[in-house]
Amino acid sequence: MSDVTTERAIDRSKMEVSDEIAIHISDMNKWFGNFHVLRDINLEVRRGERIVVCGPSGSGKSTLIRCINRLEEHQQGKIIVDGTELSSDLKNIDKIRSEVGMCFQHFNLFPHLTILENCTLAPIWVRKMARKEAEETAMHFLEKVKIPEQADKYPGQLSGGQQQRVAIARSLCMKPQIMLFDEPTSSLDPEMIKEVLDTMIELAEEGMTMVCVTHEMGFARQVANRVIFMDDGQIVEENEPKEFFDNPKSDRTKLFLSQILGH
Amino acid sequence: MSSVKVPVEKFRLGMLLGDTRYRSTTVQVIAFIIFVTVAFWLVDNTIKNLALLGKDVDFSYLWMRAGYDINQRLIPYTNDSTHGRAALVGILNTLLVAFIGCIIATVLGVFVGILRLSKNWIVAKLMSVYIEGFRNIPVLLWIVMIFALLTEFTPAPKAFRGADPEASMVLFQSIAITNRGAYFPSPVWGDGSMYLLIIFVISLVAILFFRRYARNLQEETGKSLPKFWISLGIFFIPTIVLYFILGSPVTLEYPYLKGFNFKDGIYVRNSFIALTLALSLYTSAFIAEIVRSGILAISKGQTEAASSLGLRPGRIMNLIILPQALRVIVPPMISNYLNLTKNSSLAIAVGYMDVRGTLGGITLNQTGRELESMLLLMGFYLCVSLIVSAIINYFNRSFQIKGL
Amino acid sequence: MANISFVREKPLPQSPPPITESTTIGWIRKNLFSGWLSSVLTILSVYFIYVCLKDFIPWAYGGNWSAGSIRECLDTNPDVACFSVIGARWRQLLFGFYPSEEYWRPILTFILLFVSVTPIFSPRFAKYFWFSMIYPGLAVWLLWGGSFWPVFSIYLAFVFSGLGFYIARNQFKLSTGISLMIAVILLIVFYLFLASPFISLFKYILPINLVVIESMQFGGFLLSMIVGFSGIAASFPIGILLALGRQSDLPLVKMICVGFIEFIRGVPLITLLFVASVLLNYFLPPGTSFDIIVRVIIMVTIFSAAYMAEVIRGGLAALPVGQHEASAALGLSYWQSQRLIIMPQALKISIPGIVNTFIGLFKDTTLVSIISLLDPVGLASLIRADQKWNGIYWELYVAIGLMFFICCFGMSQYSQYLERKLKTDNS
Repeated sequence: MSDVTTERAIDRSKMEVSDEIAIHISDMNKWFGNFHVLRDINLEVRRGERIVVCGPSGSGKSTLIRCINRLEEHQQGKIIVDGTELSSDLKNIDKIRSEVGMCFQHFNLFPHLTILENCTLAPIWVRKMARKEAEETAMHFLEKVKIPEQADKYPGQLSGGQQQRVAIARSLCMKPQIMLFDEPTSSLDPEMIKEVLDTMIELAEEGMTMVCVTHEMGFARQVANRVIFMDDGQIVEENEPKEFFDNPKSDRTKLFLSQILGH
Repeated sequence: MSSVKVPVEKFRLGMLLGDTRYRSTTVQVIAFIIFVTVAFWLVDNTIKNLALLGKDVDFSYLWMRAGYDINQRLIPYTNDSTHGRAALVGILNTLLVAFIGCIIATVLGVFVGILRLSKNWIVAKLMSVYIEGFRNIPVLLWIVMIFALLTEFTPAPKAFRGADPEASMVLFQSIAITNRGAYFPSPVWGDGSMYLLIIFVISLVAILFFRRYARNLQEETGKSLPKFWISLGIFFIPTIVLYFILGSPVTLEYPYLKGFNFKDGIYVRNSFIALTLALSLYTSAFIAEIVRSGILAISKGQTEAASSLGLRPGRIMNLIILPQALRVIVPPMISNYLNLTKNSSLAIAVGYMDVRGTLGGITLNQTGRELESMLLLMGFYLCVSLIVSAIINYFNRSFQIKGL
Repeated sequence: MANISFVREKPLPQSPPPITESTTIGWIRKNLFSGWLSSVLTILSVYFIYVCLKDFIPWAYGGNWSAGSIRECLDTNPDVACFSVIGARWRQLLFGFYPSEEYWRPILTFILLFVSVTPIFSPRFAKYFWFSMIYPGLAVWLLWGGSFWPVFSIYLAFVFSGLGFYIARNQFKLSTGISLMIAVILLIVFYLFLASPFISLFKYILPINLVVIESMQFGGFLLSMIVGFSGIAASFPIGILLALGRQSDLPLVKMICVGFIEFIRGVPLITLLFVASVLLNYFLPPGTSFDIIVRVIIMVTIFSAAYMAEVIRGGLAALPVGQHEASAALGLSYWQSQRLIIMPQALKISIPGIVNTFIGLFKDTTLVSIISLLDPVGLASLIRADQKWNGIYWELYVAIGLMFFICCFGMSQYSQYLERKLKTDNS
């Protein structure tokens, strides 16, 4: 839980938020067996917004974003992504998954495929692209994350920071409208966190809608439109970053902030 | 610059063990001496004992007449053939059991292993009962039990006789299972069957070409064809169509009851069936476990990443999980094949003449050449296991994932 | 921009899940009927279980336990199981031909086995390890009988030489190597000169005798257990030495160990047992002959040592490299670091593999029936040859299979439990 601030100036003017609703969650509840893991979640994310979700471990923040692309199922409530409701209908799930990209804490690259093949796999088999076209798209995004020269290497030969950037490129190859990040920098050595955060900031500057679970409070402060604090499966506090960090209202928020920002 | 004189140590006897320069050589020399002494003592005892019994070490008995019959054989053999040939018959019998056993064990094992991972609780538990049941009971017991089942539960050939027989053949009156063995219909190759065979081979080649074409098509345009169903069609349709056009050139010769026994058809003895079946079932339980743990070993994150990219479960299994799981599954599976081959030496319990039954059994008893026969027998198994180990090593090396 | 701030004043408590999620109905829906394929499979499986059990249960449940021969069973009721064979012969299946008035001896040995194994597996009782050390001698005396003193004298010899070792090293400050040699000399001296008079003396003063039982009288599960347990126990130190030798940097030692291990693992156990029954006598000086059971145990030990070596090698490989480096940096010698640091950890990691090797070995003990020793499978053939029970097979095999299943399944569950415990211990 460090406070890595990025050195370059962030051009917030580029990050516009439209009025269109990208994600709509209302009265969502989820149980794992008897355990009530998400309680009464109400959330609206507009297109172009950057949301940071923070909270102690076990608060349900990872479960929340995994519900958005149906890696977890919710039992009650509604989740509507880009106008399509998330239900057990397979067609809806496929549609939503092609609009939503996700990056994981442990990268989850496919170790038996090269970097290029990792990125072209989904476009070829899901979007039915021709290989040449898929490879061009892949190289374009690999250049964007600044590692085009690694295209023919295998994930095991790359560093952690490089792997996470490949993971981001892999998701971008599907041209999603929304990107979800599940603690993308928690497994990285400190010197590699910056390169991944820079990539995410560039994405934000291009107007990508992002929901990010992270402990990087510096990133939240500079990039997020809204910070959401979750504890015990429910949203406890939600506000603009400046207000949230300088003026937390709930006691639990204050306790959490003192623990992670105190050192 | 003043030079510092480094004192040169004089060589002391204690340095043999104390100094790292000499220590390893000393230890190895001691080990060598011990090893040679023990080996010499063993060989010396053997020579003395053999002399006392009036025997010597001589392999020429392999070229002498064997004088006994072998009731199941793949190559021509009579009791005038040599012991060497008897040993060869035994080796082929062993390899036959091993080959068929491995195929059945793999098919069963993969099937059970994948079902064991099913989300359906009953199916998973049933498969678990299968796996634990076969694994925890000695293979010899299975061999003996299945053989007893086949000989005691099945009717004698004469029970098939008469207008109203006690027993009847299964599968549209084609297969007879008796207490001595099973009789299967054998194929008769009539006129035109050659063309059938040629067409079949051509369709296999056509499948290969089709798959290459489909892959290229996908790379060029992105369109994906239903490869599996089309391949299946190419496999079956041309051959079947030609079969009927030619007027059924391949017929089956059914076994029929004549007198007290069946005639014609392929006769497979119970000892072979029991041995192969028991070995296959036993080994399939281990293979099922290997398949299951191999697939489970692939971290859940792989499936999640692939799902969030939009891939369907079938594709995820084919493109992501299986390629990684196979790397982990294949080496232990191959060493289970080796175990099956070694376990086939239990054939003597049901009277099947594998290499231990001929070379290490009757030949050994008749000629009294215990040492030589045992050496040859062990040499055979050793060769097989060394070849298999080499295959495993080759597989491991060539399919290594870089960087892992 | 709309007001986006939100503060929750009161925390929401947990509420129970909807019916479809919790308890039995939810479980049934998820696990048995989650889709059409799953439902079909469930129905097929239930039908299959029904078909298997509908004939088996009446047959087994109404079994005849009291008949005196198979004739009687068939006359009374041919459609039920004739478990009387087990009722009549269970003692033989368990103990072989061991005299029944001495049954307390194998039973006691078996109970003491668990007692002696506990200090190894449970650190709480580690201080009772001395019992595990004396258990082998005690077990041999209990099972085979004879005078107590010869076994006692073996232990006395080790104590004697151990004392010599300590005195030489600590009092006279001689090096470990020389002290070891003195200990070995003392051992030999004790054996050659002091043992016999000592034994005769004590036999005269205080005779403690048990009835002598010949090896040929051992059979059934008793035989399987003796061969299995002694094979595993004896193969343990040999396996450790082989594993270390295989890892060693010394090319000759490595070659010998690799050659030995690959040879033993490449041949079937039945060929080695055949060596035990026929060829082993050739390798020993003319005139010596061992008990067949001792010969079988020797070959089983050698067989098991090779597999044990591979398991321990895996355990050694799983050890972090830093352990070797740390102990070397502390100045420990090769044998010291092995004894104090490397081996304890490697063995702990290998315990599941060792238990699996033992399960395999226990199942392999059935092979002695092929060289005409009377383990349960061999006894089954013997019983079937008896006139009274000629023609029976299902009931016998089911009983023997069940016994093996209980032992092996129990052991494998224990090994999985150990594996789980180790995982939580170490991580």
